[in-house]
Amino acid sequence: MGAPGWLKYACGKLIRLASLLAAVSIITFALISWSPIDPVQAYIGADMMKVGAEQREEIAAYWGLDQPPVERFLRWAGAIMQGDFGNSMIYREPVVEVIGQRFWYSLTLMAAAWLLSGLFGFAAGSAAAMNRGGRLDRSIQWVCHTLASTPSFWLGLLLLMVFAVWLGWLPAGLGVPAGVAAEHITIADRIRHMLLPAAALSITGISAVALHTRQKLINVLDSDYILYARAKGERGWQLYRNHGLRNIALPAMSLQLASISELFGGAVLAEQVFTYPGLGQATVQAGLRGDVPLLMGLVLFSTLFVFAGNTAADVLYRLVDPRMRGYEHDSRIV
Amino acid sequence: MNILQAENLSISFTRYTGWLRREVIMPVRQLDLTLEAGEITAVVGASGSGKSLLAHAILGILPVNAKVGGSIRYRGEILTPAKQARLRGEDIILVPQSVTYLDPLMRSGTQVRLAARSSDPLKLQREAFRRYRLEREVELMYPHQLSGGMARRIMAASAFVSGARLIIADEPTPGMQAEDVAETMRWFRELADQGHAVLLITHDLESAVTGADKIAVMNAGMTVEWLPASHFSGRGEMIRHPYSRALWNSLPANNFSLPQASFRKVSGGQEGPGCPLAACCELATARCREELPGMREVMKGWVRCHAS
Ligand code: SF4
Repeated sequence: MGAPGWLKYACGKLIRLASLLAAVSIITFALISWSPIDPVQAYIGADMMKVGAEQREEIAAYWGLDQPPVERFLRWAGAIMQGDFGNSMIYREPVVEVIGQRFWYSLTLMAAAWLLSGLFGFAAGSAAAMNRGGRLDRSIQWVCHTLASTPSFWLGLLLLMVFAVWLGWLPAGLGVPAGVAAEHITIADRIRHMLLPAAALSITGISAVALHTRQKLINVLDSDYILYARAKGERGWQLYRNHGLRNIALPAMSLQLASISELFGGAVLAEQVFTYPGLGQATVQAGLRGDVPLLMGLVLFSTLFVFAGNTAADVLYRLVDPRMRGYEHDSRIV
Repeated sequence: MNILQAENLSISFTRYTGWLRREVIMPVRQLDLTLEAGEITAVVGASGSGKSLLAHAILGILPVNAKVGGSIRYRGEILTPAKQARLRGEDIILVPQSVTYLDPLMRSGTQVRLAARSSDPLKLQREAFRRYRLEREVELMYPHQLSGGMARRIMAASAFVSGARLIIADEPTPGMQAEDVAETMRWFRELADQGHAVLLITHDLESAVTGADKIAVMNAGMTVEWLPASHFSGRGEMIRHPYSRALWNSLPANNFSLPQASFRKVSGGQEGPGCPLAACCELATARCREELPGMREVMKGWVRCHAS
C-alpha cells in the first residue's frame, strides 16, 4: 500500500503550498502598491531637498518603479522562478543574503523561546491538572491568566528595565556587543544578548501552552481508561507517566508546532523592542521604507517557515498516532 | 470465608444547582452485601439503581464530591481510603465493561503487564493470553484494533494476572451473544473455583441466575433481597420480595409478563419515611408508607419487605 498514499499526501501538500505562496505574494504586492509610502523618498530620507526631480526619476527608473504595478509584479515573479530574489534597496545586498544573515538570529531566538514556552508550559499545565482544584493548580492558573492578558511588548519593556537598566545583568539590545570585532564575539555573548528577547517572546506563550495542557490532561484524567488504571492501583507519577503523558504529548507537540506562526508575529515585536537584528526587525524596516524585494522575500520565506511547522504537526500525528496509522502501516502486526 | 461485607452503605453527591442552591442526591441509600471466597455474587438491578457506584465505592475511586455512609469491611477490617489505595490492583480488581476503559495509545500486552503482580510480568501475561485464547500478536495491538470480544478477554486477562482475591465485574455481558455470555461466566466460575470472590454487577438477571451463587436484588438504591441463585426457579415461589419476583416473572423466558413492569421505573431519590417502592407495589399497605422495612433473615438469605 504505502507509497501511493504518502505520495498523494505530499503532492497535495505541495500544490497547497504553491497556491498559498502565489496568493500571499499577490496580496502583499497589491498592499505595497497601494501603500502611501514612496520608496524613493524613504530611501533618500533627510537629503530629499538636495536631490533634484531628475535624479529621483533616475533612481525610480533604476529600481524599475516607473513601470505599472502589474508589470513590475510579473517581472519580479519571473525572476523568482529563476531563483533570483533581487536586491534589497535599503541594505543594498541581495535579498537572499539579507534573509540568510538575519535568519540565524531569528531562528536561535525563536527556537529558544519555542523550547522555553513548550517545556515550562507543559510542565506547569501537567502539574496543575494533576493537582486539580488544589492550591498549586489555582496559583498556576492565576499566573497564566495574568500573563495571558499582559501585552508582550509591555512585558518586554519591563524585562528591559529590570534586568538591563536597573540590575545591569544583561545587555539592553542588539544581537552582539557593539564595537567588538566579529572574531572576538563569543557564543556566550550571543546567548547573553538573546536571553531577554527570548524570555519576552516565550512568557506569553507559556500561559497558552500551560492552560491548554491543563485542559487536555483534565479531559484525559476524566476518561474511563484513567478510572480503570486507578482501579488497577496506578496513581500519582506512575499514572501520569503511563497514561497522562502518553495521551497529551501528541496534541501538545502538534499545537506547539502549529504555534510557530504566532511565534513569528511575536518575534517582530520582541525584536523591535530589543533592537535585535532578526527577520522581524528587517520586516518592519522593509515595510516602513518601501523595500519591495526584501519585503516580498521575507513574506515568502516566513510563509514557507510557518507552513513547514504546520506540516510537521500534521505529519507527526500521522506517523505517531496508532489510530491514524491504520493496520497496513503498522509493520509489526501482520 | 467472608471477604467483603458492606453494611448500610449509602453514596450521596452534592451538586450546586443555579445560584448557590445545594442539592443532595443519594443514588445508593441502603446497601447490604456479603461476599464469600469461592463464590460468585451477582448484584442485579435496573440501570440507574446505583450498581456501578457500588464497584467504585469498594475500590475508593468515586468522584471527589461523593460522600459514603455506612461501612465496608474487607476481610473483617474497615476499608479506609488509605487501605483502599493499598488494595486497589493488589487485592481488589475491576473488570470494566467496554473497550473505552483501555488506554487508546498503549499496546494491549503492555496494559495487561501493568496489572500483573509478578516478578516476570511478560511470562504471566503470555500465560493469561493463552488462557483467554488471545493470539500472540494481539499483544502488539492498540485498543482500536481489537474486536469487542478481544477487548473483553484483555480485561479478563488483566484481572487474572493481578492475582486479586476480589474481582468486581461491572456489566460484563451487555448485549452479548448467548455463547459469549456463557464463556464470560465460565471465566468467573474458574476464578471462583480457585478461591477468589467474584462480584458481578449486572442488569441481566437471566445470566446472573445461571452463572452466580448468590443474588442481591437492588432497587431504589437499596438491596431489597439477598438469596441463593437457585431460588430463582419455577414461578418464583422461593423468592420473598415482590420486586425480585416481578423481575423474575417478567423475563421473556418465563412468559409470565406480569404487570409489575412499573417497578422498573423506581429509582433513587424518593423522600419520605416509608418503603421507596410503596408507590408502585401492589402489596403495599398503610404500614409500608410509614415505616422503612428492616432487613429480615429468612431461609438462606434476607429480605427487606413488610409483606414477606
Ligand atoms: S415493604 Fe411494602 S411497599 Fe415495600 S416492597 Fe414490601 S410490600 Fe411493597
